[in-house]
Amino acid sequence: MLDQFFFYIFASVILLGGLLTITRRSAVHSAIFLIATLLGIAGLFLHLQAEFLAGVQVILYVGGIMVLFLFVIMLVNLDQAARQRQFNRQWWLALLAAAAVCGEALYGLYRGRGAFTFPGAVPGNMPPNTQAVGNALYQNYMLPFEVASIMLLVAMVGAVVMAKKRL
Amino acid sequence: MPGNYIPILVFLVLAFAFPVVALSLAALVRPSAQSGERLTPYECGIQPVSDSRGRYTVRFYIIAMLFVIFDVETVFLYPWAVQYKALKVFGLVEMLVFLAILLVGYVWLYKKGALEWV
Repeated sequence: MLDQFFFYIFASVILLGGLLTITRRSAVHSAIFLIATLLGIAGLFLHLQAEFLAGVQVILYVGGIMVLFLFVIMLVNLDQAARQRQFNRQWWLALLAAAAVCGEALYGLYRGRGAFTFPGAVPGNMPPNTQAVGNALYQNYMLPFEVASIMLLVAMVGAVVMAKKRL
Repeated sequence: MPGNYIPILVFLVLAFAFPVVALSLAALVRPSAQSGERLTPYECGIQPVSDSRGRYTVRFYIIAMLFVIFDVETVFLYPWAVQYKALKVFGLVEMLVFLAILLVGYVWLYKKGALEWV
């Protein structure tokens, strides 16, 4: 009961935030509603007892990625874009296509509705989430973890090479 | 376990409620003067010459991007720190290798002057 209450709260925050993100005229407003959406997703993770993921969601997406978004908004001049018409003439066609896809997805979900249940509280003995992640990451998946550092290195070099004028 | 998050919930509710209550209370008592006069600088102020929302230099973006990358690195440190005792020396060496690879990138950045402002 309480589970469902929180699920619907978070789900409506996510949906409302998403809708407002794509309909606002000012890019900064969109970014703020995107933050609300991402926080809602963090809440949903928490609701699924994925505490580590919820923390990562807040630290990385809300704290990191959104900073990048805001910097991009500041880098490019969006005044012109804000004054232009927001939707072109094909919006109703796009809406129709989106509604069709949505209908298909809803139908599929409705057919398989039996499989969706709230996990509920696992009785005792489950190791805390972060510990489980730590065990998996640093024992079973050691190599992918080290490869991740090389990926970060590539991202770092790539960012500097692209954005810096003279190396 | 969900009980642990009640303080956060209370905090969130307060954080959202405070501006709403404060702004709506203020709207009740303040006079509403929506004239163009209100938006101009005071009589001795300097007239603005251009839009205050200009474009920023791309250097900020480099710093922001590097921040995100080191942010990801930090996220990896959390589960490691939690399991530090259980992983023993193996975990320490593992993390040192991870940090060493990223340190190479940091030294490269430093040598290339990507962190210098001018």
